[in-house]
Amino acid sequence: MFKRMKPSVTFFGVGLLIFVVIQALLSLGLLNNYWRGIIFWGAAITMVSLGLNLIYGFNGQFSLGQYGFYAIGAYASADVTYRWVRGDPSALVVVLTGALLALGFYILVSAFLRRFYGVTVMARFTFYVLATILAFAIAVIAFVPLFGPLFSAVLGALPTAVSQQIVFLLALLGGAALAGIASFLFGIPVLELGSDYFGIATLGFTIIIKVLLDNTDTILPFPEMKGARGMIGIPQWTTWPWVFASLLLVIVVMRNVLHSSVGRAIVSVREDERAAELVGIDVTNAKILAFVLGSIFAGLAGGIRAHDLAFLHPQSFNFIQSFNPLIIVVFGGLASMTGTIVTGFFWIFLLEGILRLFLPTGFETWRLVVYPLILLLMMLLRPEGVFGRYELPFLRRRMPPLPAEALAVVAEPTPLRAQTPAVVEVTREEVV
Amino acid sequence: MAQTFLRPAQNGVMLKRRNGMPLNRFSQGLFVLLGLLVVYVLGRAFWQNPGVFVQQVLNGLQLGFIYALIALGYTMIYGIVKLINFAHGDVFMVGAFTSFYAVATLNLHRWPAALFPGIPEGLMMLVGTVTVVLLSMAISGTLAVVMERFAYRPLRNKPRIAALITAIGVSFFVEYFGALPFVFTNNYITYPRPFAVQVYSAGMIAPWVLVVLWVIFLLIVATFGWLTALARQGSRSRYHVQAQTWKRHPLLQFGLLFFGFITVVVTLTGVRIETGGKVWDLTASNVTLVVMGGSIVLQVLLSYVVSRTRLGKAMRAAAYDKAVARLMGINVDGVITATFALGGGLAGAAGVLYATVFPQVHHLMGIIPGLKAFVAAVIGGIGSIPGAFVGSLIMGQTEMLTAGFISTPMRDAVAFSLLIVVLLVWPQGIFGEPPAEKV
Repeated sequence: MFKRMKPSVTFFGVGLLIFVVIQALLSLGLLNNYWRGIIFWGAAITMVSLGLNLIYGFNGQFSLGQYGFYAIGAYASADVTYRWVRGDPSALVVVLTGALLALGFYILVSAFLRRFYGVTVMARFTFYVLATILAFAIAVIAFVPLFGPLFSAVLGALPTAVSQQIVFLLALLGGAALAGIASFLFGIPVLELGSDYFGIATLGFTIIIKVLLDNTDTILPFPEMKGARGMIGIPQWTTWPWVFASLLLVIVVMRNVLHSSVGRAIVSVREDERAAELVGIDVTNAKILAFVLGSIFAGLAGGIRAHDLAFLHPQSFNFIQSFNPLIIVVFGGLASMTGTIVTGFFWIFLLEGILRLFLPTGFETWRLVVYPLILLLMMLLRPEGVFGRYELPFLRRRMPPLPAEALAVVAEPTPLRAQTPAVVEVTREEVV
Repeated sequence: MAQTFLRPAQNGVMLKRRNGMPLNRFSQGLFVLLGLLVVYVLGRAFWQNPGVFVQQVLNGLQLGFIYALIALGYTMIYGIVKLINFAHGDVFMVGAFTSFYAVATLNLHRWPAALFPGIPEGLMMLVGTVTVVLLSMAISGTLAVVMERFAYRPLRNKPRIAALITAIGVSFFVEYFGALPFVFTNNYITYPRPFAVQVYSAGMIAPWVLVVLWVIFLLIVATFGWLTALARQGSRSRYHVQAQTWKRHPLLQFGLLFFGFITVVVTLTGVRIETGGKVWDLTASNVTLVVMGGSIVLQVLLSYVVSRTRLGKAMRAAAYDKAVARLMGINVDGVITATFALGGGLAGAAGVLYATVFPQVHHLMGIIPGLKAFVAAVIGGIGSIPGAFVGSLIMGQTEMLTAGFISTPMRDAVAFSLLIVVLLVWPQGIFGEPPAEKV
């Protein structure tokens, strides 16, 4: 029993230790705001990269749109708390009820569409878009006057410290949900394209989001986001427990999804789409699930980052930035969660922390010359990434023991295999 | 839950399904309505001020011709190596910077005047500009070859993903190496054109120019039509085969494209109509003519190389099947190098033309045009040379008409949405061939 639980116990034990140590350092004031920001930023970028690793490393869809979803999560959750602090619960109500209603409508639409055969992608896309528009229209028109005072009254009755934490939680969830909805709608048509075209289309998505963020006060009706001038006045509510909890949540959810049958479906789509289809896996659903889940992680990270910085600017969601998670994932090793986590923190520590502090001032311009060189060397010398497919014991997949007859077949050397014994090698850990 | 999620058909009871055609029709109807709305907005703009509208179309044409040059490189490289060369936009940027230094510091565009003092001004500008363009093409072609040799070739047998990430790395490296203060600096620099801008409008074009242009154009069209008719006659005609060959001759293609576009543009600008308060008075600068002419010359040259030379034959063979091409004695590595050189050269020329149109150079200037050109190549059908041209013209029009009449900030957004829409309608692009799938 303990042997089976050991990886989990070790993982959570070490996690708790890290949490306690950093919390203690923060409480004692040994870590200044600069290092606190670096740690929080590292956690956020790790979450974004884990999402990308799910999409690209595990599901094989080359995506460059991660920063677009990160931006959606950041701006949406920032808007919720921004308005809440100024006594306006409308954004909170719209985001939460709209997302829930949209989810309900999606279930209805999918049940409806399942009754037909030969429905094209465009038609599916149209119906889901109409459902989303309807859901958010209802939320804006009906639910804001209905639930707004209710939310204000209920949360206002609680002490400020408690209501603040609840609103922050709801804002994070709302931002993540909006990122998920956006990725779902965008994924329906775009995941049908081939992998290269998907990459370009997601890059286009990031550019579109950046253009929209530059014009939030002119094209979109959000004057408080202030367009290209940057959104200020976001409450700085992110604390270390929040960061740690979200990171842990992302890791555990991703690990459990990947170890389930859904996760095996996702991985099989990467290995061979056609073969996966032949064994009865719904390839489209597996792709959309991975894409939406990865984007939800990015949206959550966006909320964390927004409430840490307290300032959002469209330039920080430029599509050039969206190569960062890709580089992190490739560095750490595709389809290695451990690699992504370590590289994500290391990336921020190294590039934003240590190099900035200890190198002479002229170096900033050289940073972006040195990254790609390292990337090129990496690709030439070790294309599988630093960690390859290594995983921590907790994140590694445990397989049930192979049945005896399967082992017997392998163990019994046939004449052909006897000539090449090195090939016959069966491990119980499935390669992920 | 996972079971039902992944295998909806295994719920025990088979679901009785109906034909989804009405739903498809419904969504098609919505998209058609959206299209009609766009057509209405554009039509209204045209009706209100046709002159401005056609002027915008001309601008879009000019932009499309520049994109075509970049898209050709993308499409050739993708056709042979199956790699999105993200660094192609940076080759374009290096081409623009090369011409900037050639013009601003070396004064290369005035070399004929320095050598032969009595030379006429027009000839000097022509020779000087051509020199600058050739220099840029040479340097960017070399850069592309160097990239291929040191970054992509070692990864030829690795998974495609590795090459793609390397392409991104190379692109970053070129961009930010260019941003270093002693290379290009990270400022926006004003670009001095190698020739003086002249703006033509109605009164400035002599009628005989128009007449000559139309006569030449009509002669070429007549020749083409005659050859087509001969070729159509099949075995009844003695000249059937010759007519088919001559019909696709590069000179004839060049004549059709060049005189077609130039005649139309010059005619449009040469005419001035005033009806009911609406003034139709277009202007075209010599920049437009240079862009169109240069782009068409280079495209026809490329199509000559690809369709009529041994190198072109080898390129097509390598694009079709690399392994078999190698068995047939084709030096595939050499062909790939040549492809990168050709593509890089075209991108360099596009850089010069882009900088002449929008007179500014910057170390990140290549990203967005590069991506748009790639989208254009995909729209036209990747791997197809006429596809790159047509896709680029569509792209240029979309961008300029959106910027002019729908929403200026959304021009990039619409350009990238076009990719998704076109790929859903034609999954292979307009001119693309369906891939031969092997199971």
